[in-house]
Amino acid sequence: MAPTVDLEARFLAYVAAENKVEPKHWMPDAYRKTLVRQISQHAHSEVVGMLPEANWITRAPSLRAKLILLAKVQDEGGHGLYLYSAAETLGTSRDQMIDDLLAGKAKYSSIFNYPTLTWADMGAVGWLVDGAAIQNQVMLCRTSYGPYSRAMVRICKEESFHQRQGYEIMMHLARGTQEQKAMAQDALNRWWWPSLMMFGPSDDQSPNSAQSMAWRIKRKSNDDLRQEFIDKTVPQAEFIGLSIPDPDLKWNEERGHYDFGAIDWSEFFAVVAGNGPCNTERLEARRKAHAEGAWVREAASAYAAKQSARRPAAGLPAKPHAA
Amino acid sequence: MSTPDQWPLWEVFVRSKNGLSHKHSGSLHAPDAEMALKNARDVYTRRSEGTSIWVVPSSAIVASAPDEKEVLFAPSDDKVYRHPTFYEIPDEVGHM
Amino acid sequence: MKWDTCDPSVQYLLHLGDDALVLGHRLSEWCGHGPILEEDIALSNLALDLVGLARQYYQLAAQRISGGCTEDHLAYWRSDREFLNHVLVEQPNGDFADTMARQFFFDAFHVLQLDALQHSSDAELAAIARKALKEATYHAQHSADWVVRLGDGTEESHRRMSAALARHLPFVEELFTAAAVDRVAFERGWGPDVASLRASWLELVGEVVAKAALSLPVVAPKLLRGKQGIHSESLGFLLAEMQSLPRAYPDATW
Repeated sequence: MAPTVDLEARFLAYVAAENKVEPKHWMPDAYRKTLVRQISQHAHSEVVGMLPEANWITRAPSLRAKLILLAKVQDEGGHGLYLYSAAETLGTSRDQMIDDLLAGKAKYSSIFNYPTLTWADMGAVGWLVDGAAIQNQVMLCRTSYGPYSRAMVRICKEESFHQRQGYEIMMHLARGTQEQKAMAQDALNRWWWPSLMMFGPSDDQSPNSAQSMAWRIKRKSNDDLRQEFIDKTVPQAEFIGLSIPDPDLKWNEERGHYDFGAIDWSEFFAVVAGNGPCNTERLEARRKAHAEGAWVREAASAYAAKQSARRPAAGLPAKPHAA
Repeated sequence: MSTPDQWPLWEVFVRSKNGLSHKHSGSLHAPDAEMALKNARDVYTRRSEGTSIWVVPSSAIVASAPDEKEVLFAPSDDKVYRHPTFYEIPDEVGHM
Repeated sequence: MKWDTCDPSVQYLLHLGDDALVLGHRLSEWCGHGPILEEDIALSNLALDLVGLARQYYQLAAQRISGGCTEDHLAYWRSDREFLNHVLVEQPNGDFADTMARQFFFDAFHVLQLDALQHSSDAELAAIARKALKEATYHAQHSADWVVRLGDGTEESHRRMSAALARHLPFVEELFTAAAVDRVAFERGWGPDVASLRASWLELVGEVVAKAALSLPVVAPKLLRGKQGIHSESLGFLLAEMQSLPRAYPDATW
């Protein structure tokens, strides 16, 4: 066993020195497993996350808003694709990951199990949910696994408009009619706490956090990311005259941060366990799309097979990743 | 007839500007080369970054394999002059 | 407000814009529900192009109507009786083969239509068409690719694609049957004589259909008057959904 121990120690030193790990490098099994789990969860979140926003594409209140929302949801599909590709470099096929999702074995971000009830939710989701996601993703640009890090860099570049468009929607509503302003405040009330939960439980409650930090997969703790997000977001809410639904929220001069109220983790765990308002609907929608698309995917494969039989030179072996 | 459910994987290389070389952008699944090219356009040039696209079946890529585990673990700091970032080029000079 | 009583060039622009908006809207319904991620993204690209094209037509129409009319007035405040799109484009998505049949039939027509429109005597319209032609050409390739793959794929896909072509073919004749809006456009040199596009369309479509190991069934064309604002029942629902928010909050701006 001695050589393994030696390799693991060297691996830790390697990532500690800010070197990137690439698909063909030796890596501890647990590192690989953690990454597959995290990246595929991240990919599933992008894909499931399309649903609550796609819910409003057909009802966007202006043609401009329709185009922007459609482009944004499409981006999320693209981001899911980049992330599945990154995970595939670790030797797990996209089909396998999707099967796990559809079987309810894989997780995705719980935030997407909340319903989008009004147009203001498109604002709140862009501003808060994407805002929280970006906080995490900026950190992940420096993650130790090369393909994941590169996917994140690309995603962050493309995501920059997402949060802005969400905030713009909120701003328009907050400055609109009484009804619109009420709609914006209601959306903030419903999305605020679930957005804070997106960063995950407190560090002392997250058993995997320390290991992920040592491997340089994660670069900041859940609590630090959450605090950064709150500090950034509160003035944005004030600027458009909306109030954060937290009576305990106040600036702490000494800490240089906002203090905030206790998060109701029982809600978080209930949603993670599958009992959120829309868990069933989200998975159903994914299962339906996958099942109804099966004959299409098969047809294209069959056609390709026939074509390569007709032109043997164009044949190509169907084998998983090599990059 | 066997029809694998999963479409094969392709690596996508995009030339973002005239005169530059193609650069690896990422990968995607497609049933055949034609569709891979079209999907690549849709997925990787949504903001029309691309002037030219290559798609290569991932299985056709031969990658160097570190048979001696040490080799790739040792950062090649001893040959920094091989890295483009070793050279300081003023911004005004542009892409190089 | 009755937009269709104004300038006939406005009516023509509305007709063109309505085709693009309604089809783009239908395609956007696929977003998040496509058969595979790559195709989900491709369908959204088609939708983005078409809704973007609709905006250009409506903006030009709104300028010509003046009086503070905007693209959104035209999209959100006309009833289904005032929409002048072809009945083909409002047909529900059905399965992926239906969507591709509808798309393929329209794309083949759209390419020919835009090819003519880029030489329109209406310079502003010609400019829009020139740019849109590139996009439409790509759309036509994409839908043709799928018609071929589904037609010549598995037994099931062949059966579905065949049925989808048969289902949508009766809507095609309307594309080539001139209504008042087309006749005025042709007389003024704004647009083509739509009947003259039929032969090229048949050639284009026939080639792909043959490659797909399919054939176009002989069908009786439906009696359709979409260009006179008489639609299938599904358009009312599409618009009810699309227009719901501005109509529920008429004083609001978004």
